Amino acid sequence: MASSAVQPSRSRDLDKLLLRSGNLVGENFEPGPQLRDDLREYVRILVVGAGGLGCELLKDLALSGFKNLEVIDMDRIEVTNLNRQFLFRLEDVGKPKAEVAAKRVMERVSGVNIVPHFCRIEDKEIDFYNDFSIIVLGLDSIEARSYINAVACGFLEYDSGDNPREETMKPIVDGGTEGFKGHARVILPGTTPCFECTIWLFPPQVKFPLCTLAETPRTAAHCIEYAHLIKWDEAHSGVSFDPDDPEHMKWVYDEALKRAELFGIPGVTYSLTQGVVKNIIPAIASTNAIISAACALETLKIASGCSKTLSNYLSYNGVEGLHIKVTEFEKDKDCLVCGPGILIELDASVTLQKFIDLLDEHSVLHLSKASVTHRGKNLYMQAPPVLEEMTRSNLSLPLFELMGKVPKDILHVTGIAIKDDKKTSCLRKLRIVFKGVDGVTDMDMAGGA
Amino acid sequence: LRIWGEQGQAALEKSSICLLNCGPTGSETLKNLVLGGVGSITVVDGSKVEVGDLGNNFMVDESSVGQSKAKTVCAFLQELNDAVKAKFIEECPEALIETNPSFFSQFTLVVATQLAEDSMIKLDRICREANVMLLFARSYGLAGFVRISVKEHVVIESKPDHFLDDLRLNNPWPELKSFAETIELNAADPVAHKHTPYVVILELLKAKMMSMDEDNYKEAVDASFKVFAPRGINAELQQIINDGCAEVDSSSSDFWVMVAALKDFIVHEGAGEAPLEGSIPDMTSSTEIYVNLQKIYQAKAEADFLVIEEKVRNILKKTGKDPHSIPKSVIKSFCKNARKLKVCRYRLVEDEFSNPSLSELQRYLSSPDYSFAAGFYILLRAADRFAANYKVIPGHFEGEIDEDIARLKSTAVALLNDLGCSGSPLNDDLVSEMWRYAASELHTVAAFVGGVASQEVIKLITKQFVPMSGTFIFNGIDHKSQLLSL
Repeated sequence: MASSAVQPSRSRDLDKLLLRSGNLVGENFEPGPQLRDDLREYVRILVVGAGGLGCELLKDLALSGFKNLEVIDMDRIEVTNLNRQFLFRLEDVGKPKAEVAAKRVMERVSGVNIVPHFCRIEDKEIDFYNDFSIIVLGLDSIEARSYINAVACGFLEYDSGDNPREETMKPIVDGGTEGFKGHARVILPGTTPCFECTIWLFPPQVKFPLCTLAETPRTAAHCIEYAHLIKWDEAHSGVSFDPDDPEHMKWVYDEALKRAELFGIPGVTYSLTQGVVKNIIPAIASTNAIISAACALETLKIASGCSKTLSNYLSYNGVEGLHIKVTEFEKDKDCLVCGPGILIELDASVTLQKFIDLLDEHSVLHLSKASVTHRGKNLYMQAPPVLEEMTRSNLSLPLFELMGKVPKDILHVTGIAIKDDKKTSCLRKLRIVFKGVDGVTDMDMAGGA
Repeated sequence: LRIWGEQGQAALEKSSICLLNCGPTGSETLKNLVLGGVGSITVVDGSKVEVGDLGNNFMVDESSVGQSKAKTVCAFLQELNDAVKAKFIEECPEALIETNPSFFSQFTLVVATQLAEDSMIKLDRICREANVMLLFARSYGLAGFVRISVKEHVVIESKPDHFLDDLRLNNPWPELKSFAETIELNAADPVAHKHTPYVVILELLKAKMMSMDEDNYKEAVDASFKVFAPRGINAELQQIINDGCAEVDSSSSDFWVMVAALKDFIVHEGAGEAPLEGSIPDMTSSTEIYVNLQKIYQAKAEADFLVIEEKVRNILKKTGKDPHSIPKSVIKSFCKNARKLKVCRYRLVEDEFSNPSLSELQRYLSSPDYSFAAGFYILLRAADRFAANYKVIPGHFEGEIDEDIARLKSTAVALLNDLGCSGSPLNDDLVSEMWRYAASELHTVAAFVGGVASQEVIKLITKQFVPMSGTFIFNGIDHKSQLLSL
């Protein structure tokens, strides 16, 4: 019988998964050389973040049959990154992470093409994100995850039966780590819960009550936060504290030490000062490796169908032995972000200005300073000044006209909302229905079809 | 800022690791260890870099095709951290195990990747004899395997996630009681009132009932379950002090000498309790009262420590050793962590393989959450048996799928019979999957397995945090990976 291919192939191991059929596979799995070639040629993956997770992700994806990768990260390499961000060397300190990471992986894995983007994720047009088959996150902040989640879910469209339209579904694979713990999850907007649906999964950040800091400190951390949050502003009005500036850090440390001595509290060290101020939990290379590997594997499965996918949240804890748990969370059907969109009914006469005012007063949204886009077209932009000027004249026009006189459609709005006493910028999807203008109104039907 | 601190870092830097086979599983394990700061590595692999390796191993590149894989991987790792001492040996690990067992004695720990069952068993005996720590790791398609094999590993700094504070409110000592009594809760001064720490409140509450309005009182109510924390020591610590090793002699390790002292303390001065840990959690209070309360706890902990230290010195003397051979700092750490001590023991893989816990194996094979992991466990062994019998990996050839799968299945069934599990279900889909994988090493699976392996190696070398017990099976299909206790 025929033996395996005589021609040595890079894809020797991956071929087993991509060229051979199986029973525990994705729904539309079509094994064969075509699948392998399609993965290489047509599938485009975006990695968000080029830090500890991002570096591992780029390596893992490059060695999983993907050839078109892009990576976005706004940071530069620091000396403290070198012990786990294995793509960076001492001579790279100061250079953009995205650029160095892309270069290094391309050097080692020939044939892969990685385009780096040294900028903030908000700096990219929303359409940029739509170019990718799958978006993989290696981030360390809730806000950034929330943003990408809203962007990806924004592409999702529903049909008239309120079912998600599969071709508009943009998968996200999200990983996160903290010390010995981590998680990996698969987000299929419209099917699985999105990041916002399960935002309650994140525990609230530790905050010390102000009176403790000001009057009754008991621990070294209290003294440090006093110096960082209270004393700094008193002594340096106008200058914001920069955790990456060693002079600033030293000032906080010295002040914290003084306060600690005053109250007889031991334990203030420079290292603790850094940890408390930056809210750092030391990162471990092995945890990053584990979580990234899980994310990259899921990305391969989603793109190729070569195996069943994670459903849908993996949590990992390596502190005591090893604990891996898979939970199947459920979508929140009323989710502001991945749901069909908040329904807003309007009279056809409502102007864009009035609409924007309504958003501020809306009982659920509370969105102030809103900018409005319709199918990629800017109806009104609060900033920058040149765009504001260009779109200002739309404010007095009826929204119905601006939206092309359709009875209902989707709008995307960005603005400021208040969450946990903090002002955050956010993106929301709205379903606009104009009252009395439905295609199947009594007036139209009365005359017969 | 390292999670395992300075001492842990020093232990890593002093360690010497041997890696067997540097495909992606081994290479990724070593990458994490080199980033972590291990002192020296020796890579043993007899193969040359092939084109297929370029598709799954980050540490080889086009220019290295045809060269020694061990040499190539070593060079990459050296570049990653120029402080590490990296050596390579171009030899097949299986041959080394056969012909030169004493080779392994020089290492702190051996990471053995991609070994089949019979080599695993041989190496296990060698390392156990030489008292060298051993960890097995393997990737096979979407399945993976990690297993520590050490006779005994003790942990003082286990650093568990959640552990009850040692407040001793259910069994307060005289100084704590009288301190509480000096605080006048009935005083009309509202400022003083709200600055009383909940520990004191609870102390006094046990005597009288009072109204609770302020934060500190609310904390008292919330924390009141700590008052009802059971007296005495937990079952795990009880097991440790009852262990045969606690009967010490001149060959006993420092750990067991300290356990013997601890046992004596618990029985006598401790009146059933371990030494007081000495630190208290933050709680709403005036600074002065809090700091004074802290001092009370610290003083008692220090007193307990001195008693135990004396006992340790006496035991050392009695067993003919230098009474000062265990440093003060070590005994102090032991006392502080007394309630959290861990003793890990691992069966020889040969014993596990020939005599696994049947009840557990049967339970795993029938449980929906465990069945894939347990299935992979059996099938990995079946694949090794298949290869030994038919001289080829199941699934190596494209043709004869049905016959091959049938043979693999019957091999697995025969194995289950040998183990005494003849009735247990074996998932047919999983058998087909195993054929499909044909011993391939996928990068993402290797990276996951390598991550787990490296993390466990770090725990073993730093002696901090608790290493996993049992056999870890990675399940890349639905990610229901499991630890099997066999």
